[in-house]
Amino acid sequence: MNSIRILEGKIALVTGTSSGIGRSIAEKFAECGAIVYANARKNGSLDNWAFEISTKYNTKVMPLYFDVVDAVLCKENVLKIKNEHGKIDILVNNAGMVTYEMISMVQLEVFKKMWETNVIGSFNLLQLISRIMSRQQEGSIINMASIVGDKGAKGQVSYATTKGAIIAMTKAAAKELANLNIRVNAVAPGMVSTDRFVKVLETSFKDKINQVGMKRLGNPEEIADLCLFLASEKSKYITGQIIGIDGSLEL
Amino acid sequence: MSNLIIYNTVFCGVFNVLDTELGDQFSAENIDNWDSITQLSLVSSIEDAFDIMLDPEDILNFKSYSIGIQIIDKYGVKLY
Repeated sequence: MNSIRILEGKIALVTGTSSGIGRSIAEKFAECGAIVYANARKNGSLDNWAFEISTKYNTKVMPLYFDVVDAVLCKENVLKIKNEHGKIDILVNNAGMVTYEMISMVQLEVFKKMWETNVIGSFNLLQLISRIMSRQQEGSIINMASIVGDKGAKGQVSYATTKGAIIAMTKAAAKELANLNIRVNAVAPGMVSTDRFVKVLETSFKDKINQVGMKRLGNPEEIADLCLFLASEKSKYITGQIIGIDGSLEL
Repeated sequence: MSNLIIYNTVFCGVFNVLDTELGDQFSAENIDNWDSITQLSLVSSIEDAFDIMLDPEDILNFKSYSIGIQIIDKYGVKLY
């Protein structure tokens, strides 16, 4: 699907684009013609990249700096997009955090923070943007789940809990919004070669690569390709699905 | 068109009534077809008409013609 501008004219919001999977998704959408609002928390951190990508793909990538946990800022930024374009076609709830620890070492405050970021943050935007999409009677919402939210993983009970919630939210929202032609799906990656994960892999889980049937990590662009499919008309009859993308990872 | 006329027009369209029927008694308790679906439709139409976006608690509480006036006042929409 690369370089075909199948998202031409579409307005997309992608959260958590400062690096890794989120950045790849934003770039993929831009490459395919979408106008992309790219979210990150740190003011100014996306400016140079957004300009470069806009020029490279002859579209607009516009940074939006806010924390998805802040409902007031979410609303302000969603209204900004609505006022500028009158619609929002695609939401990718990618912003999130991850920790690795055994049950007895889970710190409640860290768990709460992760719950707020991964679950409440995604819900904030799902709630706001589905209301705008309901006027259009069209839209695609893509949530970032994880294989551990479905299968579980030793040493990741808190992260798995949040991703399990994302899976449940995706299925429930899909049912409620289907009659409005708003599709809600989730992607569930396995181990992906983001800078963050590669560091963790090298220090803590080097042997884990043997659990991947394909004997390699996924790369962020492969996750972005799946998101592109779910964002596009190519998947217009798909909703409520949790799509694994893990190279046959066994947990 | 005044904000009051716009507000009344939305109610008349959503509930299929004449504006003479609108007033303090026009509420979820007294109107047969005022259910949660109609309420969402009403709020969407109000939001579109005045270019505002209500918070969830205000959508939940939007249960009468009069309360609606108070709610949209918080978003800077003055009817009187």
